[in-house]
Amino acid sequence: MSINPELQGRSYQLNDVYSVGRESIRDFARAVKASHLAHFDVAAAQALGHADLIAPPTYAIIVAQRADALLINDPESGIDFSRVVHAEQRFTHHKAIVAGDELVAELHVDTVRGMGGGAMITTRAEISTVDGVAVATTVSAILVRGEGQ
Amino acid sequence: MNIAELAVGTEIGTRTIEISRADLIKYAGASGDFNPIHWNERFAREVELPGVIAHGMFTMGAAVQLVTDWIGDPSAVVSYGTRFTKPVPVADLEGEPGAVVTVVGVVGALDSDAGTARIDLTVTLDGQKVLVKAQATVRVT
Repeated sequence: MSINPELQGRSYQLNDVYSVGRESIRDFARAVKASHLAHFDVAAAQALGHADLIAPPTYAIIVAQRADALLINDPESGIDFSRVVHAEQRFTHHKAIVAGDELVAELHVDTVRGMGGGAMITTRAEISTVDGVAVATTVSAILVRGEGQ
Repeated sequence: MNIAELAVGTEIGTRTIEISRADLIKYAGASGDFNPIHWNERFAREVELPGVIAHGMFTMGAAVQLVTDWIGDPSAVVSYGTRFTKPVPVADLEGEPGAVVTVVGVVGALDSDAGTARIDLTVTLDGQKVLVKAQATVRVT
């Protein structure tokens, strides 16, 4: 099955609220070998002016990939997840992600470009709090390899 | 950190990241990315990879720690992006890391109006770049 070119311009709403917890921030920080105290110790985060533990700079990928999954799992997309390669990633932070945040996202399929039998797809997740405060914009390029690629 | 004390080309430091299979399992759990190419050797070879490879996002996430430790506040990173050009195979070895990635950070650009510095990261495995155009913009005022 090939990639549906009509995906370009579509958007998906991730309505499952992602609740950012302290242990999730600590686990993610350990997983990327981040040792800054503001990921582990509430007093250290507060000393930097934050309300609670702050997430490492790539933490928003958790929410972004949940949003990407809405596209990948859409039966109309034609994307075979086992042939997906992450080609590019960018984060723009509008505010720090802090323990206690409740996050949602809107995913936009910005470009779909056919490449051989596969395609390069660029998606953008606009991540915000449930109250509508902009948190981060993430842009991902994924390469869906065609047969023999 | 005062922007006036920085100069384009200044090295902010280097760091090595030792990666084991356990690190990839940990990252999978913490991030929710359970793609089997990052933990299942048989599956990885079936899809024509050299073996289990690290999540690109693991390498990207670990590499930026050089920047956050240097700036002293992880929330000072206002943007961060990279291209993933080469996979990082992680061998299953007894008592030693399955891969060792090296990160070098250099001041790539300064914007005194915005109060930001762009840090360019060179991220290599055995001398080969695994991330290309890995750049983090940080608030420095």
